[in-house]
Amino acid sequence: MSILVNSDTKVVVQGITGREGAFHAGQMMAYGTRVVAGVSPGKAGQPFDGIPVFNTVRDAVRATGANASAVFVPPRFAADAVMEAMEAGIQTVVCLTEGIPTLDMIAVRQYMKGMNSRLIGPNTPGVISPGYCKIGVMAGYIHRRGRVGITSRSGTLTYEVVDQLTKKGIGQSTCVGIGGDPVIGLNFVDVLEMFEHDEGTDAVVIIGEIGGTAEEDAAAYFRTHMTKPVIAFIAGITAPPGRRMGHAGAIISGGKGTAEEKMRALEEAGIFVVPDPAGVGDVVSDVLSGRRRH
Amino acid sequence: MKIHEYQAKKILQDYGIPVPRGQIARTDKEALQVARQLAGGRFVLKAQIHAGGRGKAGGIKVIDRIEDVGRAAWDMLGKVLVTAQTAEEGKPVRTLLVEEVLEIAKEIYLGIVVDRQKACPVILASAEGGVEIERLARERPDRVIAETIDPAVGLRPFQANRIFYGLGLDQSLAQPVMATIIGLYRLFIEKDCSLAEINPLVVTEQGNLVALDAKITVDDNALFRHPEIAGLRDISQEDPLEVEAAKHNLNYIKLKGNVGCMVNGAGLAMATMDLIKLVGAEPANFLDVGGGATSQMVKEGFRILLYDKDVKMIFINIFGGILRCDTLAQGVVEAARELVIDLPIIVRLEGTNVEEGRRILSESGLAFTVASGLADAALKVGEIAKGGPVGRA
Repeated sequence: MSILVNSDTKVVVQGITGREGAFHAGQMMAYGTRVVAGVSPGKAGQPFDGIPVFNTVRDAVRATGANASAVFVPPRFAADAVMEAMEAGIQTVVCLTEGIPTLDMIAVRQYMKGMNSRLIGPNTPGVISPGYCKIGVMAGYIHRRGRVGITSRSGTLTYEVVDQLTKKGIGQSTCVGIGGDPVIGLNFVDVLEMFEHDEGTDAVVIIGEIGGTAEEDAAAYFRTHMTKPVIAFIAGITAPPGRRMGHAGAIISGGKGTAEEKMRALEEAGIFVVPDPAGVGDVVSDVLSGRRRH
Repeated sequence: MKIHEYQAKKILQDYGIPVPRGQIARTDKEALQVARQLAGGRFVLKAQIHAGGRGKAGGIKVIDRIEDVGRAAWDMLGKVLVTAQTAEEGKPVRTLLVEEVLEIAKEIYLGIVVDRQKACPVILASAEGGVEIERLARERPDRVIAETIDPAVGLRPFQANRIFYGLGLDQSLAQPVMATIIGLYRLFIEKDCSLAEINPLVVTEQGNLVALDAKITVDDNALFRHPEIAGLRDISQEDPLEVEAAKHNLNYIKLKGNVGCMVNGAGLAMATMDLIKLVGAEPANFLDVGGGATSQMVKEGFRILLYDKDVKMIFINIFGGILRCDTLAQGVVEAARELVIDLPIIVRLEGTNVEEGRRILSESGLAFTVASGLADAALKVGEIAKGGPVGRA
């Protein structure tokens, strides 16, 4: 079991003829993801690696029954690509693109109201249910099938944590990168809710960072709704205020969104907070084995 | 992207929002000329820097006699201004805004930001202008009016109305205040702002509404559709190393410590800085070479790190994943050879072909300390920071 994506997930890759789209479509297929179609306006009829390519997402969905999409479209066109996928009835849209204007994402969030689609990202490494399906740019081989859910605002830091778990023999049910931008689709609370209801997940790791209030919201949700243990790491305790640390979302403004505040909120809610990024695997292992309790 | 107050005021004017009469000056002579043109009795000289807190730091001066304008401008120009919001190095003052002095009856706050959770713009207003909105929201939340805007239909007149009456102003100000709110919202959307703020928006003794100070920050990701804004960039307000890094698509921020670090991915870069601090050392910088770092980017990253004279050791932490560690290691070795680095270098590589990558580093004949994982790397950084023995690879 897993959340969001599994072996029934059929993926259309938007922007499949671009450099990133082509490379990662190949990587996803090599991992075993069922990539059933590609979309690239004007390139219909030129198959990519045996996969049919269409001009529009609607054509791709009609011909192949794709139910998920991976968006590898340049920033200025990406919001439009996301809306196109949703309109075509795609359930799970994963937007990997980095650098989309915030107002474009506001329009997307507006557009998707009342629709049946869920958006992961943008500016995310994607989502993977190890052994079943990977939609994203993460390295498949560092993952291992298992029962710990992971959700994160970061890319390579997630790989770091996954690697620590896998090396300890702890597998993952699903790893969801929610993205590093200020305005995103699914947030920590949405993903925690899915993990809480997923029979294949025993515990959840949250990898947060400075800026915004996503971690505080997660803490509040955990307190009132969750029975499964949650372990958290927050990056950016050394970050200076007012500076954007790579991610557009990672900025402390007016003393709000500091790592200390977030760690306190999580801890008070009953979440295991790990101060040392190298020690997340150890704490997860201790929590799972019952060596560490509140 | 930040722009200067005088640039922001120009944009406000384009949207029909009144600002004080004034001009910029880059020399004392120009300042005097502007003062003469303004006529009137008193003038205010405002240092144009990309930071707030200017008033308390001596960056805003009211001059009572025109004879003193040149002298005051001379004193301010060419100086470095250190305020509560700048780094210790401060910001250089190259431009002054010379304005008329207004008789102020009332100060209001008006600003627009994005509410991340709701994914829509929110207009903030308060009858308590002139103070920081964050502080006001914390200490007197009852004094802050917030109107969430539905982006599909935009700002509705009833909302502008509600803000106006919430401010408790005289009815005669209804039209100008609502026009200002509507203008500021249009500006926020049309210029892709992440912040548009008038603080304070003042009512003068004569009953006029004027934007006394303005701050506009534009979404970096949207600059491609605003060449007119991109052209307003003032590199003198940015750290030279950060500017150099940005040319190579690297994300660099100078910090106070001496452990130079180069990491791929922003989250891991922050976590690496935190780790350095945990072992008792201080990071010299934040440097993100991007999630998919290439050898070329690693090389440019090295160069940037070496420009910083405070750096006493270098910690490279690359979690490649799909990236091939052998090619990356090759890049690290080449860069270290070419740049003749004589500082201790700790390298932690992870990804495809990691064993081969580590072998290339070890057999390079260069003094790399190769770490086997994040915990091991932390240990090694700590040892070197404490001046202890280091196992050279």
